[in-house]
Amino acid sequence: MSTEPVISVRGLVKRYGDHEAVRGIDLQIYRGEIFAFLGPNGAGKTTTVEILEGFRKASGGEVEVLGLDPGRAPASWRSRIGIVLQDSEAEPGLSVRESLTMYAGYYPAPRDVNETLALVDLSGQADQRATALSGGQRRRLDVAMALIGDPELIFLDEPTTGFDPAARRAAWAVIGGLRDLGKTVFLTTHYMEEAERLADRIAVIAAGQIVSEGTPRTLGDRQLEAARIVFSVPVGSSPSEIPPELTPRVRKEADGRLLLPSESVAQDLYILAGWAIERGLELHDLEVSRPTLEDVYLQLTTDPDYSEGSPA
Amino acid sequence: MEPAPRGPIALLAHQTRYELLTTCRNPRARFLTIIFPVLLLVIFAGVFHGTTTVSGVHVKLSRYFTAGILAMAIVLGSYANLVIVIATLRESGVLKRRRATPVPAAVLVGAQAISAVATVAIMSTVVLLVAKILYGIGLSTGAIAAVACTAVLGALTFAAIGYAVSGMVGSAEAAQPITQLTTMPLWFLSGVLIPTASLSGGLRTIGKIFPVEHLANGLHLASVHSTFSGSISGTDVLVLAAWGLAAAAFATWRFSWVPGNAAT
Repeated sequence: MSTEPVISVRGLVKRYGDHEAVRGIDLQIYRGEIFAFLGPNGAGKTTTVEILEGFRKASGGEVEVLGLDPGRAPASWRSRIGIVLQDSEAEPGLSVRESLTMYAGYYPAPRDVNETLALVDLSGQADQRATALSGGQRRRLDVAMALIGDPELIFLDEPTTGFDPAARRAAWAVIGGLRDLGKTVFLTTHYMEEAERLADRIAVIAAGQIVSEGTPRTLGDRQLEAARIVFSVPVGSSPSEIPPELTPRVRKEADGRLLLPSESVAQDLYILAGWAIERGLELHDLEVSRPTLEDVYLQLTTDPDYSEGSPA
Repeated sequence: MEPAPRGPIALLAHQTRYELLTTCRNPRARFLTIIFPVLLLVIFAGVFHGTTTVSGVHVKLSRYFTAGILAMAIVLGSYANLVIVIATLRESGVLKRRRATPVPAAVLVGAQAISAVATVAIMSTVVLLVAKILYGIGLSTGAIAAVACTAVLGALTFAAIGYAVSGMVGSAEAAQPITQLTTMPLWFLSGVLIPTASLSGGLRTIGKIFPVEHLANGLHLASVHSTFSGSISGTDVLVLAAWGLAAAAFATWRFSWVPGNAAT
């Protein structure tokens, strides 16, 4: 992957009156990667993206997209970026092909319309009214319209919100294909699976600040996170009978099972299994897993001193 | 080296083509611009007999209403249509998406304005043809030329007012009621549905404050005179132009491409 930054943000701040929606964030996005920007509603995600897209002015800090300040960029800058907005409807009264051809005319060096329709798998619908498309098809048309100018950088804002699983997969195939075209993609989403599946790197924003950045594998030091050993209290015993070396760390989960966070899985399992065997007990529902990206995300975006479950 | 962008004229022609396509395919626009005025003309010219006066000249009511309803059609085709279309496009995110492209705002506005003028031209022709065929109402060549000028000026002025008002319309749902509220009283005060000669002095004065009366007056003059110069009034032209420019200035200041005025 290249080391040329396509987007460079330093100390970005955005204030609305007294309220600081974005409280000093830094971001670097490199050419050719798919970068996911994750965060709950109200975290400052949309505000940040709109500043990058040139629709909003920053209150402080430096922003460079393709080498220019989006708030002051000329029209030619806009021909190098493509934006897929979160909520927008089809152009009224026009067919799919006509909508795309209209947008193609805005750019100095557009892609071929038919080829672009094929990229987003809408060739079969080319002569249908754009307003008659399904939600998934319309979003793919939005991607086509963002792509038709052959931009270097594409912003995708919550691209698969409200999609059924099949439509979501079709959209993912298209988005993955953008990287193959050499585009850089800035993706905002609140779907963990989407970020995990598509992104080369992820940043998580909460309450106006970046709380974590990394690859899907290393986000939130996930690879260092304790494994989770989860099991039900064996029939014929009670939580108080669990080996004392383990009890300080054991917590009760919402579903009634017990959770033992573990940094040395073999050791803890040896103790636990030994205890159960000794008493002739069975460990039902025994599960050993790493935290999911969703667990990490929830941990990062809620209270800093979180507690998983509650002490048993 | 970066490829050169299209020239502004080529871009304007490109966008105008799609605006016209969209308008032709819009069922509401078709009704407003063609069927509704013709319907009104048939009713009013058919029902009301008698005469009224236009600047001292006696004129049959059927002729008077032809001019009046032509004025209404121009206002509906430019002002009302644009307010509704823009409010809808803004709320649906279409305006924002277009603004995300390199197309200049002036091209988008210009294309819509040209489309409004084209719509008005078609509609005026239809109304005048119907008036001629059904009621034998004819205009001299000079008068027709004057009607054309007045109609184009009217279309541009009311398109500008449409942009200004759409800047204040909160939602697409509010757009239709707002256009009706703003135009309904004027149909009665401006010599469109009631001859101004039948109004009291006070009401006539109120009507003159607003631009519809000046558009209608220009058309009324053309309906009773046969020369170009007699068919157009300098005062009316100036008032319309002033309204148009003021509206354009206001729209430039207040217009928002996104709902909720988020351009900060």
